[in-house]
Amino acid sequence: MLQRLPHLLGIEDLNREQITFILDQAKPFQEFQRYPLKKLATLRGKTVAIAFFEPSTRTRISFATAAARLGADTMAFQAESSSLKKGESLVDTVRTLEAMRPDGIVMRHSSSGAPEFVASRLDIPVLNAGDGTHEHPTQGLLDALTIRDRKGKLEGWNVTILGDILHSRVARSNIHLLSKFGAQITLCGPAMWVPRELENLAPNLRRSLHVEEALDGADVVMVLRVQTERLHEPALAPEEYIQGYQLTSARLRLAREDAIVLHPGPMNRGLEIESAVADGEQSAVLEQVTNGLAIRMALLYHLVGAAPVDAPHPAKERTNASD
Amino acid sequence: MLLIKNGRVLDPAANTDEVRDVLLHGELISGVGANLSGDGAEIFDASGMIVAPGFIDLHCHLREPGQELSETIETGTRSAARGGFTAVCCMPNTQPVNDNASVTRGIVERAAASGSVRVWPIGAASMGSKGEALAEIAAMKSAGIVAVSDDGKPVANSRLMRQVMDYCDSLGLPVIDHCEDASLFAGGVMREGLQSLKLGLKGIPAQCESICVGRDVAVAQLTGARLHIAHMSTRGSLDYVRWAKKQGLRVTCEVTPHHFTLTDEDVRYDTRYKMNPPLASREDREALIEGLADGSIDAIATDHAPHHAASKDVEFDRAPFGIIGFETALALGLTELVIEGRVSLMRLVELFTTGPARVLGMERKISPGEPADLTIFSTEHEWTYNAADSPSKSRNTPFDGRSFRGAPMATIVAGRVVYRR
Repeated sequence: MLQRLPHLLGIEDLNREQITFILDQAKPFQEFQRYPLKKLATLRGKTVAIAFFEPSTRTRISFATAAARLGADTMAFQAESSSLKKGESLVDTVRTLEAMRPDGIVMRHSSSGAPEFVASRLDIPVLNAGDGTHEHPTQGLLDALTIRDRKGKLEGWNVTILGDILHSRVARSNIHLLSKFGAQITLCGPAMWVPRELENLAPNLRRSLHVEEALDGADVVMVLRVQTERLHEPALAPEEYIQGYQLTSARLRLAREDAIVLHPGPMNRGLEIESAVADGEQSAVLEQVTNGLAIRMALLYHLVGAAPVDAPHPAKERTNASD
Repeated sequence: MLLIKNGRVLDPAANTDEVRDVLLHGELISGVGANLSGDGAEIFDASGMIVAPGFIDLHCHLREPGQELSETIETGTRSAARGGFTAVCCMPNTQPVNDNASVTRGIVERAAASGSVRVWPIGAASMGSKGEALAEIAAMKSAGIVAVSDDGKPVANSRLMRQVMDYCDSLGLPVIDHCEDASLFAGGVMREGLQSLKLGLKGIPAQCESICVGRDVAVAQLTGARLHIAHMSTRGSLDYVRWAKKQGLRVTCEVTPHHFTLTDEDVRYDTRYKMNPPLASREDREALIEGLADGSIDAIATDHAPHHAASKDVEFDRAPFGIIGFETALALGLTELVIEGRVSLMRLVELFTTGPARVLGMERKISPGEPADLTIFSTEHEWTYNAADSPSKSRNTPFDGRSFRGAPMATIVAGRVVYRR
């Protein structure tokens, strides 16, 4: 029996059934993004707090749009304009938000574990929109949806993740998710960003420090964003990174012919990825963005709308309910 | 007069383990033997209990002066008494730092006025523990310090460390170092390993500690001074200490109950598991237990580090390091070491008494003429630790709610019962 999730804090603790359910629920919402009138009444009267304690544009807009398209009102909270700057603790900040009675909170925070910390103190659902270097579960889910669509199924692919794995929450969520579906995952990047212990994070992981070896036979290539603010730790010249690890057209030819390329964005063209690859046929980068909306709508529908798992799907309703 | 009847007297100094009576007269022990009669003495029936020399804690933070929201000498020593400690050594990282005689005197006076147990201050090694100029060590010694340490801010400069050791040796004081290499520490919040990778928390490699232990051992070799390694947590560090001892260097070390009980696998997003040094690997824990058993480790010390609730109720990476530890130390020793069959009861008592005493250049024994400091405990008493009942001002402990077999039953300082269960 599938249990409704109280929160979405990470992928690690989800099982295959739960993941598949979320992906299936996102399916009609994918289709919905093509409707001329993109507004449902499903969450009308509900309020979603969107609390970003760390700057972000894409994920924030994606969640805000997802909430709006479900008919919910949003309460935006951003660290730059907040009382955090005045020294308020996280507990006090989220309790203040909670006192305004939102029905759920989407949060991003630079501290790993902050969403779990908040979830244990509030009675409303918490959706993790990225915490520190821990997890970014909605990214993992939207990547999975993209792979499933493009490749026809999610199970059993050879996946290569390229970049700064150590500091990547995107990598962690993807590793947890894909390994649950039998992927053989290769982690590749500069040695100091791919610590050996990472191989034990999930089953069927392997570490490779050579991009040619890592790409050989790959079905899916995930390119991580080089966080330029991390290049100083340790100091690594961009040229070094490009020489060793940039995904170029030539290198991509080592992967399978039908391999797809994912990137969580925003891309540093010419650094971690060559423009020709980013814009090439194998790239699924823009689908990822659209799928992000579908995944986030599905999650808000279930967590904030408290929809039972067997409820009829709102995107199947007529969509002239716009208000 | 107080007559402790029929207790099992365990005295590591004399290696005695016999049922005996102990008679206390004023602040001293006046007799030890079978069927002692103390005319008019108050009787304490210790049948079925262990009577040990008074426990010494080499490492704690009492937060006074300056951080009284977290702890005071009064509340901290009451908690210490509940844990069976008769003397506690408080680290100098107060506000202001205990780097001069007037702060030391203030602590000694507050302890005399409000302390339940003896308070032996540890002075800073450098001014403000900034690692630049020597603190007023000789003056602090006259005021009552028993050792020197820049705990929490290890002396990074090897030349200064050499000077501290030379100078302290001339004054007969041990130098205690919190070993940590600042550049390897690099803002880490837990032990580096699979768990830190999983949680996405910045890791501190084990070598962050051992590299500094190695350096300190080399400086101890250079100076011949007494060096004591605080809250040692890794196998690598222990290897250096073993080597030093083999060379005949005057190097000692201590381990905390949480490091011989928990590992990094226990860490969650719960700031009660955040301490420095961080909880180490399973292999490290195993090595520490071996060291406690075979004598390479000299003492168990709590590193009692109170933090008021609000300061710990934050994101993991923003919380201060440290947990409280007086009241669970003995019970953890009994549970994790003695009941598990890893360490004998006599050896455990040694780690709380003669072991730490030797580090400070003192003796600890149960014989006539000695100070009447005794710890009476049970190895059978079953109880559940409830941090909310603690006299400490802080509650930051991962052992809240844990059930134990074995507990302090009475703590006697200078002939006075300061705690009785």
